[in-house]
Amino acid sequence: MSATTKLTATRLNRLFLAGELSAEEIVEAYIERIQAVDGQVGAYLTVTAAEARERARKLDARRKAGDTDLGPLAGVPIAIKDNICTQGIRTTCASRILENFVPPYDATVVSRLQAAGAIIIGKTNLDEFAMGSSTENSAFQVTRNPWDLSRVPGGSSGGSAAAVAADLCAAALGSDTGGSIRQPAALCGVVGLKPTYGAVSRYGLVAFASSLDQIGPITKDVADAALLLSVIAGHDRRDSTSHPDADRLQRIQLSGDASLSGVRVGVPREYFAQGVEPGVRQAVEEAIAKLRELGATVDEVSLPHTEYALDAYYIVATAEASSNLARYDGVRYGLRAEADSLLEMYLRTRQQGFGLEVKRRIMLGTYALSAGYYDAYYKKAQQVRTLVIRDFEAAFRRFDVLVAPTSPTVAWGLGERVEDPLAMYMADILTLPANLAGLPAISIPCGLSQGLPVGLQIIGRHFDEPTVLRVAYAYEKATQHHQARPALGQ
Amino acid sequence: MSREYEIVVGLEVHVELATKSKIFCGCSTAFGAEPNTQTCPVCLGMPGTLPVLNQQALEYAIRAGLALNCTINKYSKFDRKQYFYPDLPKGYQISQHDLPLCEHGYVEIDTPEGPRRIGIRRIHLEEDAGKNIHAGDNIASAQASYIDLNRCGVPLIEIVTEPDIRSPEEARAFLEKLRSILIYAGVSEAKLQEGQMRADVNVSVRPKGSTALGTRTELKNLGSFRSVVRAIEYEARRQWEALQRGEEIVQETRAFDEERGITLSLRSKEEAHDYRYFPEPDLPPIVLTDAEIERIRAQLPELPDARKRRYMEAYGLSAYDAGVIVRDKAVADFFEAAVAAYGKGAEGAKTVANWVINELARILNEKNAELAQTPLTPDHLVGMLKLVDAGTISGKIAKDVFAEMVETGKSAEEIVKEKGLVQLTDEAALAEIALQVIEANPKAVEDWKKGKATAAQFLVGQMMKATRGRANPQLANKVIRAKLAEVTGVTNE
Repeated sequence: MSATTKLTATRLNRLFLAGELSAEEIVEAYIERIQAVDGQVGAYLTVTAAEARERARKLDARRKAGDTDLGPLAGVPIAIKDNICTQGIRTTCASRILENFVPPYDATVVSRLQAAGAIIIGKTNLDEFAMGSSTENSAFQVTRNPWDLSRVPGGSSGGSAAAVAADLCAAALGSDTGGSIRQPAALCGVVGLKPTYGAVSRYGLVAFASSLDQIGPITKDVADAALLLSVIAGHDRRDSTSHPDADRLQRIQLSGDASLSGVRVGVPREYFAQGVEPGVRQAVEEAIAKLRELGATVDEVSLPHTEYALDAYYIVATAEASSNLARYDGVRYGLRAEADSLLEMYLRTRQQGFGLEVKRRIMLGTYALSAGYYDAYYKKAQQVRTLVIRDFEAAFRRFDVLVAPTSPTVAWGLGERVEDPLAMYMADILTLPANLAGLPAISIPCGLSQGLPVGLQIIGRHFDEPTVLRVAYAYEKATQHHQARPALGQ
Repeated sequence: MSREYEIVVGLEVHVELATKSKIFCGCSTAFGAEPNTQTCPVCLGMPGTLPVLNQQALEYAIRAGLALNCTINKYSKFDRKQYFYPDLPKGYQISQHDLPLCEHGYVEIDTPEGPRRIGIRRIHLEEDAGKNIHAGDNIASAQASYIDLNRCGVPLIEIVTEPDIRSPEEARAFLEKLRSILIYAGVSEAKLQEGQMRADVNVSVRPKGSTALGTRTELKNLGSFRSVVRAIEYEARRQWEALQRGEEIVQETRAFDEERGITLSLRSKEEAHDYRYFPEPDLPPIVLTDAEIERIRAQLPELPDARKRRYMEAYGLSAYDAGVIVRDKAVADFFEAAVAAYGKGAEGAKTVANWVINELARILNEKNAELAQTPLTPDHLVGMLKLVDAGTISGKIAKDVFAEMVETGKSAEEIVKEKGLVQLTDEAALAEIALQVIEANPKAVEDWKKGKATAAQFLVGQMMKATRGRANPQLANKVIRAKLAEVTGVTNE
């Protein structure tokens, strides 16, 4: 088995630039690995082997020609969640309705990755339109957790997290609306970062809930997360919600200083309430003890409106989704069902094109925005959202970061929660408050429970990714948890 | 119930802004291109694309608000108005719902009872939809429907009036004044034939003297002022007759059938869309400072009422004449340029005004054309006036020259030269013609002998005819009287 696929993005880029590994060798190693094990994992919906080989050859030629400006991700194979548009490459959102949709444009993040020399290796599976927490809502295939193929990888970026965990790519992009980067990263034992809302352009990300969606990296370690963030972050005039401050994140330097002296860590008590498994709680508490050992001051804090966050989230997210998904009407692109009238065409197209969970959320969101219900649901949810934001503002007056479990549980069995949407929604309970408040949050491996990975979540202030990453990096360097890898295909 | 009734009308007018590109993407707004050639992933509503507000559209909308005496809200926002239709790619229109850009304005119109203010409730900014084209005579028999999305995303303002309009004529006066103000403000070309200005009309009736509002109906998408007038006339009468029969008016949306001149029910209030408005999460709120608003106010061009006052004060034009000239900005601009080039102050302005109000207006009316569609320039008119002043052509010939200039774009000098229209001022030559005329008209000469002075006028007319109007009339008069005296020995005053 090639050792190449175990390497981090940072390391691969160094070896490529130094001429120790050619881009072609790197790409071939990954393609071989994908052919060997993705049949069991099911991370990819599309593998872009031909395009990746072609791009690798060009990179090798440029390097040989003495080009020294190849970029910080030159030679690094990266997987893209299949709700992020790639020019000329099918982008399905794991939905029948976009099964054959080939965008004529790249998402801004894809352009930025390519400008940094990255090689797109494929498009990864997800819950349809990113709606789900297990990747089981994909219209096309099941993705399995590389640590235990009978379990889910989490979701909705389950394909990206599983691909990173199974060494099927060096790093990946996911999207996070209520935890869709962090939760699968936690369940697959890798690093997942949801940046501040507005830090990374959403242009080309197929919208689920516009005020919550954010693209971020899923990587093998914290340094890679910082590297990818510095490449994809930045103001984009094509996204009016992208923030001018985002350009600051292009210059993140991870400190070699392992001490967390002076860093104030808050532990929100509501995040350790009912539903958090003892094994998860234990791993996270040990991680908190480690932070204290590294010099951080740790104290408990209350985020009193946490218990309402889930309800508010599922109203805001479904309301926006019901609107964002209205464009899939069979008129211009994607699936069109044959019918004799316009109304029939609409109904059949959407009936055949959307899966159950997507339909459930469209109905919930449509209801929440309907005349006579708007004030009771959508407006009230926005008020709760404001209270959740104020909770965080108060906490960040006393603390630099907040730490908590990412997911209340470790990976569960395939099919276990499919019939119980509320149980599935609970999987996001610890991650979605950061989306409601637009805050940056990372999940990093902090040990195993029942032989399965547990994620430590670190939440920071707006655009304070540097502090979030500093704490994560110090913890990672002081522990070996991120080196744990599934036995799959070794 | 009273026999007399009063009409109550409020308008919702959609006006295309004159930006070069669309409101949320860079596509051209030019009219008349091949279908779907002015589109991009953003205005096609493709997955993952996002809107970016065209700052020029925002500025034009603010300028429109200021020109219509509105308050500009320093905080407003976009909302999604949601419904399914094939010409609406995203399944929602980006519009403004509860916090519009402009509010509380008015337009002053002239009515037979004097000037009246029509209140503007609000103006908001939004995107236009595309166009469905049905292959066949009508939608019911169409074999296929096509969609042209060139217009999709063209910036619009929607201007909503208070229910202050009391007659079809006031509705027309309001629309004409509104159109004129928007053109003067430079925010829209408001070309009716290109659908750049379209009105929805809310109509109700009530017994004269009542202050309560009756149940209203909404007439959708009227593309000409004439249709607005006809639709209101019909609908008010229909409502009043229904009320006279003891029926109730149903609140509903109706369509105006141009051919039959009647309105027909489209959908009732119960069938009305639930648009499920909510704040557009892809666009930040519009936050304006006083300084930004004042900058735009300072750049506001002169509006028709101000220009009318100026013409009255500076040139001594009557309110009516000034009003006629300013109605069309292109005509007013023409007038002003001609006055400046003519350079004879208030007197010259009155001469120019006469030509503009009488000859120009008459010709444009006959041709059913706009000034811009003719080759006529202010220099044409001034060149012609100078020929009149120099006595080179007569005032009568000038009218023909003017018409020729409007038609061909040639200068007055060229026309005069080509057609030999130079006025005859040579006394000897005129005397020769006078003699011929006297010989040919013995009856008139007899009349003259009997003391009929009017015979001279008849003979002058004959001289004009003989010279195809080129004879200088004063000189011809002098010469014919001298010749008549000479030939008959009789002098008549």
